Amino acid sequence: MSEVLVVVEATREFGVKKVTLEMLTLARELGNPAAVVLGGAGAAEALSARLGEYGAEKIYAAEGEEIDGYLVAPKATVVADLVKRVQPAAVLLASSQEGKEIAARLAVKLDNGILTDVVGLDADGTATQVAFAGSTIVKSKVTRGLPLVTVRPNSVTPAPAPASAAVEQLTVSVTDTDKLARVVDRVAEQKGSRPELTEAGVVVSGGRGVGNADNFKLVEELADLLGGAVGASRAAVDSGFYPHQFQVGQTGKTVSPQLYVALGISGAIQHRAGMQTSKTIVAVNKDGEAPIFELADFGVVGDLFKVVPQAAEEIRKRR
Amino acid sequence: MNIVVLVKQVPDSGADRNLRPDDNTVDRGSANNVINEMDEYAIEEALKIKEAHGGEVTILTMGPDRATESIRKALSMGPDKAVHVVDDALRGSCAVATSRVLAAALGQLNADLVLCGAESTDGRVQVMPHMLAERLGVAALTGARKLTVDGATLTVERQTEEGYEVVTASTPAVVSVWDTINEPRYPSFKGIMAAKKKPVQTLSLADLGVAPTEVGFDGATSAVLEHTKRPPRSGGAKITDEGEGGVKLVEFLATEKFV
Repeated sequence: MSEVLVVVEATREFGVKKVTLEMLTLARELGNPAAVVLGGAGAAEALSARLGEYGAEKIYAAEGEEIDGYLVAPKATVVADLVKRVQPAAVLLASSQEGKEIAARLAVKLDNGILTDVVGLDADGTATQVAFAGSTIVKSKVTRGLPLVTVRPNSVTPAPAPASAAVEQLTVSVTDTDKLARVVDRVAEQKGSRPELTEAGVVVSGGRGVGNADNFKLVEELADLLGGAVGASRAAVDSGFYPHQFQVGQTGKTVSPQLYVALGISGAIQHRAGMQTSKTIVAVNKDGEAPIFELADFGVVGDLFKVVPQAAEEIRKRR
Repeated sequence: MNIVVLVKQVPDSGADRNLRPDDNTVDRGSANNVINEMDEYAIEEALKIKEAHGGEVTILTMGPDRATESIRKALSMGPDKAVHVVDDALRGSCAVATSRVLAAALGQLNADLVLCGAESTDGRVQVMPHMLAERLGVAALTGARKLTVDGATLTVERQTEEGYEVVTASTPAVVSVWDTINEPRYPSFKGIMAAKKKPVQTLSLADLGVAPTEVGFDGATSAVLEHTKRPPRSGGAKITDEGEGGVKLVEFLATEKFV
Protein backbone atom coordinates (compact mmCIF):
# COMPACT_ATOMS: atom_id res chain seq x y z
CA MET A 1 0.00 0.00 0.00
CA SER A 2 1.09 3.54 -0.64
CA GLU A 3 1.94 5.99 2.06
CA VAL A 4 -0.57 8.62 3.14
CA LEU A 5 1.14 11.82 4.19
CA VAL A 6 -0.25 13.48 7.31
CA VAL A 7 1.14 16.97 7.88
CA VAL A 8 1.41 17.26 11.65
CA GLU A 9 -0.15 20.11 13.62
CA ALA A 10 1.33 20.60 17.05
CA THR A 11 1.74 23.37 19.58
CA ARG A 12 4.79 24.14 21.66
CA GLU A 13 2.74 23.89 24.80
CA PHE A 14 0.59 20.80 24.28
CA GLY A 15 2.46 18.81 21.63
CA VAL A 16 0.58 16.89 18.92
CA LYS A 17 -2.87 18.35 18.37
CA LYS A 18 -5.93 16.13 18.43
CA VAL A 19 -6.71 16.87 14.78
CA THR A 20 -3.39 15.21 13.88
CA LEU A 21 -4.49 12.03 15.65
CA GLU A 22 -7.78 12.23 13.75
CA MET A 23 -5.87 12.53 10.47
CA LEU A 24 -3.69 9.52 11.34
CA THR A 25 -6.87 7.57 12.08
CA LEU A 26 -8.39 8.60 8.72
CA ALA A 27 -5.13 7.92 6.88
CA ARG A 28 -5.18 4.26 7.89
CA GLU A 29 -8.26 3.77 5.68
CA LEU A 30 -6.33 4.97 2.65
CA GLY A 31 -2.87 3.47 3.08
CA ASN A 32 0.13 3.51 5.40
CA PRO A 33 0.20 6.66 7.52
CA ALA A 34 3.41 8.67 7.37
CA ALA A 35 3.61 11.82 9.48
CA VAL A 36 5.36 14.95 8.22
CA VAL A 37 6.77 17.21 10.94
CA LEU A 38 7.67 20.74 9.85
CA GLY A 39 9.12 22.89 12.60
CA GLY A 40 12.05 24.02 14.67
CA ALA A 41 15.06 21.88 15.49
CA GLY A 42 14.17 18.74 17.42
CA ALA A 43 10.44 18.97 16.68
CA ALA A 44 10.05 15.43 15.31
CA GLU A 45 11.91 13.80 18.18
CA ALA A 46 9.58 15.41 20.71
CA LEU A 47 6.46 14.25 18.86
CA SER A 48 7.47 10.82 17.55
CA ALA A 49 6.16 8.69 20.45
CA ARG A 50 2.68 10.19 20.23
CA LEU A 51 2.58 9.94 16.43
CA GLY A 52 3.65 6.29 16.57
CA GLU A 53 0.95 5.54 19.13
CA TYR A 54 -1.66 6.58 16.56
CA GLY A 55 -0.27 4.62 13.65
CA ALA A 56 2.50 6.68 12.05
CA GLU A 57 4.78 4.09 10.46
CA LYS A 58 7.28 6.69 9.39
CA ILE A 59 8.00 10.29 10.30
CA TYR A 60 9.47 12.66 7.76
CA ALA A 61 11.05 15.65 9.46
CA ALA A 62 12.08 19.00 8.06
CA GLU A 63 13.44 21.17 10.85
CA GLY A 64 15.26 24.37 11.50
CA GLU A 65 15.24 28.10 10.92
CA GLU A 66 14.70 27.69 7.16
CA ILE A 67 11.35 26.05 7.94
CA ASP A 68 10.31 27.77 11.13
CA GLY A 69 11.48 31.31 10.40
CA TYR A 70 9.12 32.02 7.51
CA LEU A 71 5.42 31.84 6.74
CA VAL A 72 4.29 28.55 5.16
CA ALA A 73 6.04 28.79 1.76
CA PRO A 74 9.14 26.71 2.73
CA LYS A 75 6.88 24.10 4.31
CA ALA A 76 4.90 23.77 1.09
CA THR A 77 8.10 23.36 -0.92
CA VAL A 78 9.29 20.56 1.36
CA VAL A 79 5.96 18.72 1.19
CA ALA A 80 5.72 19.16 -2.60
CA ASP A 81 9.19 17.65 -3.03
CA LEU A 82 8.21 14.77 -0.76
CA VAL A 83 4.99 14.15 -2.69
CA LYS A 84 6.96 13.94 -5.94
CA ARG A 85 9.41 11.50 -4.36
CA VAL A 86 7.10 9.07 -2.51
CA GLN A 87 3.95 9.39 -4.69
CA PRO A 88 1.57 9.06 -1.73
CA ALA A 89 -2.03 7.88 -1.99
CA ALA A 90 -3.21 11.11 -0.36
CA VAL A 91 -2.04 14.16 1.59
CA LEU A 92 -3.94 15.20 4.70
CA LEU A 93 -3.54 18.52 6.51
CA ALA A 94 -5.49 20.19 9.30
CA SER A 95 -8.22 22.67 8.35
CA SER A 96 -6.42 25.36 10.31
CA GLN A 97 -5.11 28.60 8.89
CA GLU A 98 -1.66 27.10 8.38
CA GLY A 99 -2.92 23.75 7.10
CA LYS A 100 -5.09 25.42 4.49
CA GLU A 101 -2.25 27.72 3.47
CA ILE A 102 0.24 24.89 2.93
CA ALA A 103 -2.45 22.99 1.02
CA ALA A 104 -3.17 26.06 -1.14
CA ARG A 105 0.45 26.28 -2.25
CA LEU A 106 0.67 22.51 -2.79
CA ALA A 107 -2.38 22.66 -5.05
CA VAL A 108 -0.71 25.24 -7.27
CA LYS A 109 2.75 23.61 -7.20
CA LEU A 110 1.35 20.20 -8.12
CA ASP A 111 -1.58 21.48 -10.24
CA ASN A 112 -3.74 19.36 -7.99
CA GLY A 113 -7.31 19.71 -6.71
CA ILE A 114 -7.93 20.64 -3.08
CA LEU A 115 -10.77 19.99 -0.65
CA THR A 116 -10.99 21.92 2.61
CA ASP A 117 -13.03 21.51 5.81
CA VAL A 118 -13.45 17.81 5.21
CA VAL A 119 -15.28 15.88 7.95
CA GLY A 120 -15.16 12.40 6.42
CA LEU A 121 -13.04 10.56 3.85
CA ASP A 122 -13.80 7.24 2.11
CA ALA A 123 -11.16 4.78 0.94
CA ASP A 124 -11.83 5.83 -2.68
CA GLY A 125 -11.07 9.48 -1.84
CA THR A 126 -14.67 10.70 -1.71
CA ALA A 127 -14.82 13.44 0.91
CA THR A 128 -17.68 14.74 2.99
CA GLN A 129 -17.78 18.49 3.62
CA VAL A 130 -20.30 20.67 5.38
CA ALA A 131 -21.14 23.93 3.64
CA PHE A 132 -23.13 27.07 4.38
CA ALA A 133 -22.87 27.08 8.13
CA GLY A 134 -23.49 23.36 8.44
CA SER A 135 -26.81 23.53 6.57
CA THR A 136 -25.62 21.56 3.54
CA ILE A 137 -23.69 18.30 3.31
CA VAL A 138 -21.52 17.90 0.23
CA LYS A 139 -19.83 14.83 -1.24
CA SER A 140 -16.85 15.78 -3.37
CA LYS A 141 -13.73 14.44 -4.92
CA VAL A 142 -10.41 15.67 -6.24
CA THR A 143 -10.49 14.98 -9.99
CA ARG A 144 -6.95 16.07 -10.85
CA GLY A 145 -4.04 14.62 -8.91
CA LEU A 146 -4.16 12.90 -5.53
CA PRO A 147 -6.64 13.59 -2.72
CA LEU A 148 -5.27 16.78 -1.13
CA VAL A 149 -7.53 17.32 1.82
CA THR A 150 -7.72 19.51 4.91
CA VAL A 151 -9.54 17.89 7.83
CA ARG A 152 -11.71 19.82 10.25
CA PRO A 153 -11.03 19.13 13.96
CA ASN A 154 -13.56 16.94 15.82
CA SER A 155 -14.51 15.06 12.64
CA VAL A 156 -13.54 11.53 13.70
CA THR A 157 -12.67 9.84 16.97
CA PRO A 158 -8.90 9.26 17.16
CA ALA A 159 -8.13 5.56 17.60
CA PRO A 160 -4.70 4.38 18.76
CA ALA A 161 -2.89 1.80 16.58
CA PRO A 162 0.67 1.48 17.82
CA ALA A 163 3.34 1.51 15.14
CA SER A 164 7.07 2.00 15.33
CA ALA A 165 7.68 5.35 13.79
CA ALA A 166 11.20 5.80 12.46
CA VAL A 167 12.27 9.39 11.84
CA GLU A 168 13.74 10.31 8.45
CA GLN A 169 15.31 13.75 8.28
CA LEU A 170 14.59 15.48 4.98
CA THR A 171 17.11 17.66 3.21
CA VAL A 172 15.63 21.14 3.22
CA SER A 173 16.26 23.03 0.01
CA VAL A 174 14.04 26.07 -0.17
CA THR A 175 14.27 28.91 -2.65
CA ASP A 176 14.69 32.64 -2.01
CA THR A 177 11.06 33.10 -3.10
CA ASP A 178 10.03 30.80 -0.24
CA LYS A 179 11.72 33.15 2.21
CA LEU A 180 9.94 36.39 1.31
CA ALA A 181 7.67 36.46 4.38
CA ARG A 182 9.85 36.38 7.46
CA VAL A 183 8.52 35.75 10.97
CA VAL A 184 10.29 38.33 13.13
CA ASP A 185 8.50 37.65 16.39
CA ARG A 186 6.17 35.16 18.02
CA VAL A 187 4.31 36.49 21.00
CA ALA A 188 2.58 34.05 23.34
CA GLU A 189 -0.63 35.28 24.90
CA GLN A 190 -1.84 33.90 28.18
CA LYS A 191 -4.62 31.43 27.77
CA GLY A 192 -4.16 29.11 30.71
CA SER A 193 -4.81 25.41 30.69
CA ARG A 194 -8.08 25.33 28.76
CA PRO A 195 -8.31 23.16 25.65
CA GLU A 196 -8.00 24.79 22.25
CA LEU A 197 -11.35 26.10 21.03
CA THR A 198 -11.74 24.14 17.77
CA GLU A 199 -10.60 20.87 19.34
CA ALA A 200 -12.43 21.04 22.67
CA GLY A 201 -15.06 18.43 23.52
CA VAL A 202 -17.00 21.06 25.45
CA VAL A 203 -17.35 24.74 24.57
CA VAL A 204 -19.05 27.28 26.84
CA SER A 205 -19.73 30.56 25.06
CA GLY A 206 -20.95 33.94 26.23
CA GLY A 207 -22.80 36.58 24.27
CA ARG A 208 -24.08 40.11 24.62
CA GLY A 209 -26.20 38.99 27.57
CA VAL A 210 -23.06 38.46 29.66
CA GLY A 211 -23.00 42.25 29.91
CA ASN A 212 -19.32 43.07 30.38
CA ALA A 213 -15.79 41.67 30.31
CA ASP A 214 -15.70 41.07 34.05
CA ASN A 215 -18.81 38.89 33.93
CA PHE A 216 -17.06 36.53 31.52
CA LYS A 217 -15.56 34.99 34.67
CA LEU A 218 -18.90 33.25 35.00
CA VAL A 219 -18.54 31.73 31.53
CA GLU A 220 -14.95 30.71 32.32
CA GLU A 221 -15.98 29.14 35.60
CA LEU A 222 -18.59 26.92 33.94
CA ALA A 223 -16.15 26.04 31.15
CA ASP A 224 -13.54 24.98 33.71
CA LEU A 225 -16.03 22.88 35.65
CA LEU A 226 -16.96 21.06 32.42
CA GLY A 227 -13.33 20.82 31.24
CA GLY A 228 -14.15 22.94 28.23
CA ALA A 229 -12.97 25.87 26.17
CA VAL A 230 -14.44 29.38 26.32
CA GLY A 231 -16.03 30.94 23.27
CA ALA A 232 -17.75 34.24 22.56
CA SER A 233 -20.30 35.55 20.11
CA ARG A 234 -19.41 38.33 17.71
CA ALA A 235 -21.58 40.73 19.70
CA ALA A 236 -19.54 39.96 22.82
CA VAL A 237 -16.25 40.33 20.96
CA ASP A 238 -17.30 43.56 19.26
CA SER A 239 -18.33 44.93 22.66
CA GLY A 240 -14.85 44.16 23.96
CA PHE A 241 -15.98 41.52 26.47
CA TYR A 242 -13.61 38.82 25.18
CA PRO A 243 -10.72 38.58 22.68
CA HIS A 244 -11.36 37.92 18.99
CA GLN A 245 -9.48 34.62 18.82
CA PHE A 246 -12.29 33.07 20.85
CA GLN A 247 -15.05 34.23 18.53
CA VAL A 248 -17.38 31.48 17.34
CA GLY A 249 -19.32 31.91 14.10
CA GLN A 250 -18.97 33.63 10.76
CA THR A 251 -15.70 35.61 10.72
CA GLY A 252 -14.60 33.52 13.70
CA LYS A 253 -14.01 29.89 14.53
CA THR A 254 -16.16 26.94 13.58
CA VAL A 255 -16.57 24.46 16.44
CA SER A 256 -18.19 21.05 16.55
CA PRO A 257 -17.89 19.84 20.15
CA GLN A 258 -19.84 17.13 21.96
CA LEU A 259 -21.45 19.85 24.09
CA TYR A 260 -21.97 23.53 23.30
CA VAL A 261 -23.32 25.78 26.03
CA ALA A 262 -24.63 29.18 24.87
CA LEU A 263 -25.00 31.77 27.63
CA GLY A 264 -26.73 35.05 26.82
CA ILE A 265 -26.43 34.38 23.09
CA SER A 266 -29.50 35.09 20.97
CA GLY A 267 -28.36 32.81 18.15
CA ALA A 268 -28.08 35.05 15.09
CA ILE A 269 -27.51 33.08 11.89
CA GLN A 270 -23.87 34.22 11.82
CA HIS A 271 -23.31 32.65 15.25
CA ARG A 272 -25.14 29.46 14.36
CA ALA A 273 -22.79 29.20 11.38
CA GLY A 274 -19.98 28.39 13.77
CA MET A 275 -21.63 25.94 16.16
CA GLN A 276 -24.71 24.25 14.81
CA THR A 277 -22.98 20.97 14.04
CA SER A 278 -22.27 20.57 17.78
CA LYS A 279 -23.63 17.26 19.07
CA THR A 280 -25.57 18.59 22.04
CA ILE A 281 -26.54 22.24 22.49
CA VAL A 282 -27.67 23.86 25.72
CA ALA A 283 -28.78 27.47 26.00
CA VAL A 284 -29.58 29.96 28.74
CA ASN A 285 -31.21 33.21 27.66
CA LYS A 286 -33.59 35.77 29.13
CA ASP A 287 -35.58 36.00 25.94
CA GLY A 288 -37.72 32.90 25.43
CA GLU A 289 -38.15 33.83 21.76
CA ALA A 290 -34.39 33.87 21.05
CA PRO A 291 -33.56 31.77 17.96
CA ILE A 292 -30.89 29.85 19.89
CA PHE A 293 -33.72 27.83 21.48
CA GLU A 294 -34.66 26.50 18.04
CA LEU A 295 -31.45 24.47 18.08
CA ALA A 296 -31.00 23.83 21.76
CA ASP A 297 -31.52 20.28 23.01
CA PHE A 298 -32.13 21.85 26.41
CA GLY A 299 -32.97 25.48 27.00
CA VAL A 300 -33.46 27.53 30.13
CA VAL A 301 -35.38 30.76 29.80
CA GLY A 302 -34.03 32.83 32.64
CA ASP A 303 -31.42 35.17 34.05
CA LEU A 304 -27.99 33.69 33.38
CA PHE A 305 -26.63 35.44 36.48
CA LYS A 306 -28.95 33.24 38.56
CA VAL A 307 -28.97 30.07 36.47
CA VAL A 308 -25.23 29.74 35.83
CA PRO A 309 -23.99 30.16 39.44
CA GLN A 310 -26.62 27.69 40.55
CA ALA A 311 -25.54 25.22 37.85
CA ALA A 312 -21.89 25.66 38.87
CA GLU A 313 -22.79 25.00 42.50
CA GLU A 314 -24.78 21.89 41.51
CA ILE A 315 -21.86 20.49 39.48
CA ARG A 316 -19.54 20.97 42.48
CA LYS A 317 -22.06 19.23 44.74
CA ARG A 318 -22.21 16.22 42.47
CA ARG A 319 -18.45 15.64 42.55
CA MET B 1 1.48 52.72 -3.81
CA ASN B 2 -0.52 50.83 -6.42
CA ILE B 3 -3.02 48.75 -4.48
CA VAL B 4 -5.42 46.15 -5.86
CA VAL B 5 -8.23 44.89 -3.63
CA LEU B 6 -9.86 41.55 -4.44
CA VAL B 7 -13.63 41.71 -4.01
CA LYS B 8 -15.95 38.73 -4.26
CA GLN B 9 -19.69 38.82 -4.56
CA VAL B 10 -21.30 36.20 -2.33
CA PRO B 11 -24.83 35.21 -1.31
CA ASP B 12 -25.87 37.02 1.88
CA SER B 13 -24.78 34.89 4.84
CA GLY B 14 -27.68 36.24 6.86
CA ALA B 15 -30.21 34.38 4.70
CA ASP B 16 -30.82 30.82 3.55
CA ARG B 17 -28.14 29.71 1.08
CA ASN B 18 -28.28 26.76 -1.29
CA LEU B 19 -26.42 24.84 -3.93
CA ARG B 20 -28.19 24.40 -7.26
CA PRO B 21 -29.77 20.98 -7.73
CA ASP B 22 -28.62 20.70 -11.37
CA ASP B 23 -24.87 21.33 -11.15
CA ASN B 24 -24.06 21.70 -7.42
CA THR B 25 -22.81 25.28 -7.83
CA VAL B 26 -23.74 28.10 -5.48
CA ASP B 27 -27.27 29.28 -6.22
CA ARG B 28 -26.74 32.97 -6.87
CA GLY B 29 -29.92 33.46 -8.86
CA SER B 30 -32.29 33.29 -5.94
CA ALA B 31 -29.91 34.78 -3.37
CA ASN B 32 -29.43 38.32 -2.18
CA ASN B 33 -25.89 38.89 -3.44
CA VAL B 34 -23.58 41.16 -1.46
CA ILE B 35 -19.90 42.06 -1.13
CA ASN B 36 -18.10 39.47 0.92
CA GLU B 37 -18.02 41.17 4.31
CA MET B 38 -14.32 40.65 4.99
CA ASP B 39 -13.47 42.35 1.67
CA GLU B 40 -14.89 45.64 3.00
CA TYR B 41 -12.12 45.60 5.62
CA ALA B 42 -9.56 45.09 2.84
CA ILE B 43 -11.00 48.06 0.94
CA GLU B 44 -10.88 50.21 4.08
CA GLU B 45 -7.25 49.24 4.71
CA ALA B 46 -6.36 50.10 1.10
CA LEU B 47 -8.01 53.51 1.38
CA LYS B 48 -6.18 54.23 4.64
CA ILE B 49 -2.84 53.36 3.04
CA LYS B 50 -3.63 55.56 0.04
CA GLU B 51 -4.60 58.43 2.34
CA ALA B 52 -1.31 58.12 4.24
CA HIS B 53 1.08 57.29 1.41
CA GLY B 54 -0.64 58.24 -1.85
CA GLY B 55 -1.26 55.98 -4.80
CA GLU B 56 -4.22 54.35 -6.44
CA VAL B 57 -6.77 51.72 -5.36
CA THR B 58 -8.22 49.30 -7.91
CA ILE B 59 -10.97 46.76 -7.24
CA LEU B 60 -10.54 43.37 -8.94
CA THR B 61 -13.54 41.05 -9.17
CA MET B 62 -14.07 37.79 -10.99
CA GLY B 63 -17.74 36.98 -11.34
CA PRO B 64 -20.83 37.02 -13.51
CA ASP B 65 -22.46 40.18 -14.90
CA ARG B 66 -24.45 40.76 -11.75
CA ALA B 67 -21.22 41.22 -9.76
CA THR B 68 -21.31 44.76 -11.21
CA GLU B 69 -23.60 45.76 -8.32
CA SER B 70 -20.94 44.77 -5.80
CA ILE B 71 -18.22 46.50 -7.80
CA ARG B 72 -20.18 49.79 -7.75
CA LYS B 73 -20.82 49.35 -4.05
CA ALA B 74 -17.08 48.80 -3.47
CA LEU B 75 -16.24 51.88 -5.55
CA SER B 76 -18.68 53.96 -3.50
CA MET B 77 -16.38 53.53 -0.50
CA GLY B 78 -13.65 55.41 -2.36
CA PRO B 79 -11.43 53.28 -4.66
CA ASP B 80 -10.43 54.84 -7.98
CA LYS B 81 -11.40 52.20 -10.51
CA ALA B 82 -12.26 48.57 -11.03
CA VAL B 83 -11.45 45.59 -13.21
CA HIS B 84 -14.15 42.97 -13.74
CA VAL B 85 -13.12 39.57 -15.10
CA VAL B 86 -16.25 38.16 -16.66
CA ASP B 87 -16.61 35.25 -19.06
CA ASP B 88 -19.29 32.59 -19.46
CA ALA B 89 -16.61 29.89 -19.47
CA LEU B 90 -15.70 30.72 -15.85
CA ARG B 91 -18.86 29.15 -14.39
CA GLY B 92 -17.98 26.18 -12.20
CA SER B 93 -14.32 27.16 -11.72
CA CYS B 94 -12.50 25.57 -8.79
CA ALA B 95 -10.14 27.47 -6.50
CA VAL B 96 -7.05 26.38 -8.44
CA ALA B 97 -8.51 27.68 -11.73
CA THR B 98 -9.77 30.86 -10.06
CA SER B 99 -6.26 31.58 -8.83
CA ARG B 100 -4.96 31.10 -12.38
CA VAL B 101 -7.39 33.72 -13.68
CA LEU B 102 -6.85 36.23 -10.87
CA ALA B 103 -3.07 35.84 -11.13
CA ALA B 104 -3.28 36.56 -14.88
CA ALA B 105 -5.33 39.69 -14.17
CA LEU B 106 -2.94 40.81 -11.42
CA GLY B 107 -0.09 40.30 -13.86
CA GLN B 108 -1.57 43.10 -15.97
CA LEU B 109 -2.17 45.45 -13.05
CA ASN B 110 1.38 45.81 -11.64
CA ALA B 111 0.20 46.00 -8.05
CA ASP B 112 2.64 46.79 -5.24
CA LEU B 113 0.12 45.44 -2.78
CA VAL B 114 -2.79 43.06 -3.25
CA LEU B 115 -5.27 43.19 -0.37
CA CYS B 116 -8.12 40.77 0.24
CA GLY B 117 -10.36 39.42 2.98
CA ALA B 118 -9.00 36.43 4.89
CA GLU B 119 -11.90 34.29 3.74
CA SER B 120 -15.19 34.52 1.91
CA THR B 121 -18.42 33.79 3.72
CA ASP B 122 -19.60 31.30 1.09
CA GLY B 123 -16.70 28.90 0.70
CA ARG B 124 -14.61 29.86 3.76
CA VAL B 125 -11.72 28.12 2.03
CA GLN B 126 -8.98 30.70 2.81
CA VAL B 127 -6.65 29.47 0.08
CA MET B 128 -6.65 32.32 -2.45
CA PRO B 129 -3.93 34.62 -1.00
CA HIS B 130 -1.32 31.85 -0.89
CA MET B 131 -2.37 30.44 -4.27
CA LEU B 132 -1.88 33.88 -5.80
CA ALA B 133 1.43 34.47 -4.04
CA GLU B 134 2.64 31.09 -5.24
CA ARG B 135 1.70 31.87 -8.84
CA LEU B 136 3.09 35.42 -8.76
CA GLY B 137 6.26 34.54 -6.86
CA VAL B 138 5.58 37.22 -4.23
CA ALA B 139 5.17 37.17 -0.45
CA ALA B 140 1.85 36.39 1.23
CA LEU B 141 1.15 37.89 4.64
CA THR B 142 -2.13 36.32 5.68
CA GLY B 143 -4.66 36.82 8.43
CA ALA B 144 -3.54 40.33 9.35
CA ARG B 145 -5.10 42.04 12.33
CA LYS B 146 -2.68 44.95 11.88
CA LEU B 147 -0.74 46.17 8.84
CA THR B 148 2.06 48.74 8.87
CA VAL B 149 3.52 50.19 5.69
CA ASP B 150 7.00 51.74 5.86
CA GLY B 151 8.27 52.52 2.38
CA ALA B 152 8.41 49.16 0.61
CA THR B 153 8.36 47.21 3.88
CA LEU B 154 5.12 45.65 5.06
CA THR B 155 4.72 44.36 8.61
CA VAL B 156 1.74 42.37 9.72
CA GLU B 157 0.51 41.09 13.05
CA ARG B 158 -1.38 37.86 12.63
CA GLN B 159 -3.39 36.01 15.23
CA THR B 160 -2.35 32.45 15.99
CA GLU B 161 -3.77 29.97 18.44
CA GLU B 162 -0.95 30.60 20.89
CA GLY B 163 -0.81 34.36 20.55
CA TYR B 164 0.31 36.33 17.55
CA GLU B 165 3.13 36.45 15.01
CA VAL B 166 4.83 39.48 13.54
CA VAL B 167 5.66 38.84 9.90
CA THR B 168 7.42 41.13 7.48
CA ALA B 169 8.00 41.28 3.72
CA SER B 170 8.83 43.74 0.97
CA THR B 171 6.41 44.75 -1.75
CA PRO B 172 5.08 43.38 -4.01
CA ALA B 173 3.00 41.19 -1.70
CA VAL B 174 -0.44 39.76 -1.06
CA VAL B 175 -1.97 40.62 2.32
CA SER B 176 -5.22 39.16 3.66
CA VAL B 177 -7.03 40.80 6.55
CA TRP B 178 -9.44 39.77 9.29
CA ASP B 179 -12.31 41.94 10.44
CA THR B 180 -10.31 42.98 13.51
CA ILE B 181 -8.03 45.23 11.45
CA ASN B 182 -10.24 48.33 11.13
CA GLU B 183 -13.79 49.63 10.93
CA PRO B 184 -14.92 50.02 7.30
CA ARG B 185 -16.39 53.39 6.38
CA TYR B 186 -19.93 53.74 5.10
CA PRO B 187 -20.21 55.08 1.56
CA SER B 188 -21.20 58.75 1.56
CA PHE B 189 -23.88 60.09 -0.77
CA LYS B 190 -21.11 61.81 -2.69
CA GLY B 191 -19.21 58.53 -2.87
CA ILE B 192 -22.24 56.69 -4.20
CA MET B 193 -22.76 59.32 -6.92
CA ALA B 194 -19.06 59.35 -7.83
CA ALA B 195 -18.95 55.54 -8.06
CA LYS B 196 -21.37 55.60 -10.98
CA LYS B 197 -18.82 57.45 -13.10
CA LYS B 198 -15.68 55.56 -12.09
CA PRO B 199 -14.07 53.42 -14.80
CA VAL B 200 -14.83 49.69 -14.72
CA GLN B 201 -12.78 47.74 -17.22
CA THR B 202 -14.05 44.29 -18.20
CA LEU B 203 -11.60 41.55 -19.13
CA SER B 204 -12.42 38.24 -20.80
CA LEU B 205 -10.38 35.04 -20.66
CA ALA B 206 -9.03 35.88 -24.12
CA ASP B 207 -7.84 39.26 -22.79
CA LEU B 208 -5.97 37.39 -20.06
CA GLY B 209 -4.54 34.70 -22.30
CA VAL B 210 -6.21 31.93 -20.29
CA ALA B 211 -7.72 29.04 -22.28
CA PRO B 212 -11.40 28.28 -21.57
CA THR B 213 -10.46 24.61 -21.06
CA GLU B 214 -8.31 25.60 -18.07
CA VAL B 215 -11.29 26.99 -16.14
CA GLY B 216 -14.96 26.28 -15.49
CA PHE B 217 -16.31 22.76 -15.18
CA ASP B 218 -13.90 21.49 -17.88
CA GLY B 219 -10.80 22.70 -16.10
CA ALA B 220 -11.94 21.96 -12.55
CA THR B 221 -9.52 20.03 -10.35
CA SER B 222 -12.25 18.85 -7.99
CA ALA B 223 -15.92 18.06 -8.36
CA VAL B 224 -18.96 18.13 -6.13
CA LEU B 225 -20.63 14.77 -6.62
CA GLU B 226 -23.82 15.46 -4.71
CA HIS B 227 -25.25 17.59 -1.95
CA THR B 228 -28.04 17.23 0.53
CA LYS B 229 -29.70 19.73 2.80
CA ARG B 230 -29.10 18.82 6.41
CA PRO B 231 -32.37 18.48 8.28
CA PRO B 232 -32.78 21.55 10.50
CA ARG B 233 -32.13 20.92 14.17
CA SER B 234 -35.26 20.77 16.20
CA GLY B 235 -35.31 22.39 19.58
CA GLY B 236 -35.61 20.07 22.57
CA ALA B 237 -36.92 20.77 26.04
CA LYS B 238 -37.26 24.43 27.03
CA ILE B 239 -37.98 25.31 30.63
CA THR B 240 -38.50 28.62 32.33
CA ASP B 241 -36.34 29.25 35.38
CA GLU B 242 -38.45 29.41 38.50
CA GLY B 243 -35.55 29.14 40.91
CA GLU B 244 -34.36 25.66 39.91
CA GLY B 245 -33.14 26.37 36.36
CA GLY B 246 -29.47 25.80 37.14
CA VAL B 247 -30.14 22.49 38.87
CA LYS B 248 -32.36 21.30 36.03
CA LEU B 249 -29.66 22.27 33.54
CA VAL B 250 -27.14 20.13 35.39
CA GLU B 251 -29.65 17.26 35.60
CA PHE B 252 -29.87 17.36 31.81
CA LEU B 253 -26.08 17.45 31.50
CA ALA B 254 -25.88 14.47 33.86
CA THR B 255 -28.32 12.39 31.79
CA GLU B 256 -26.12 13.15 28.78
CA LYS B 257 -23.07 12.16 30.87
CA PHE B 258 -21.34 15.53 30.69
CA VAL B 259 -21.33 15.83 34.46
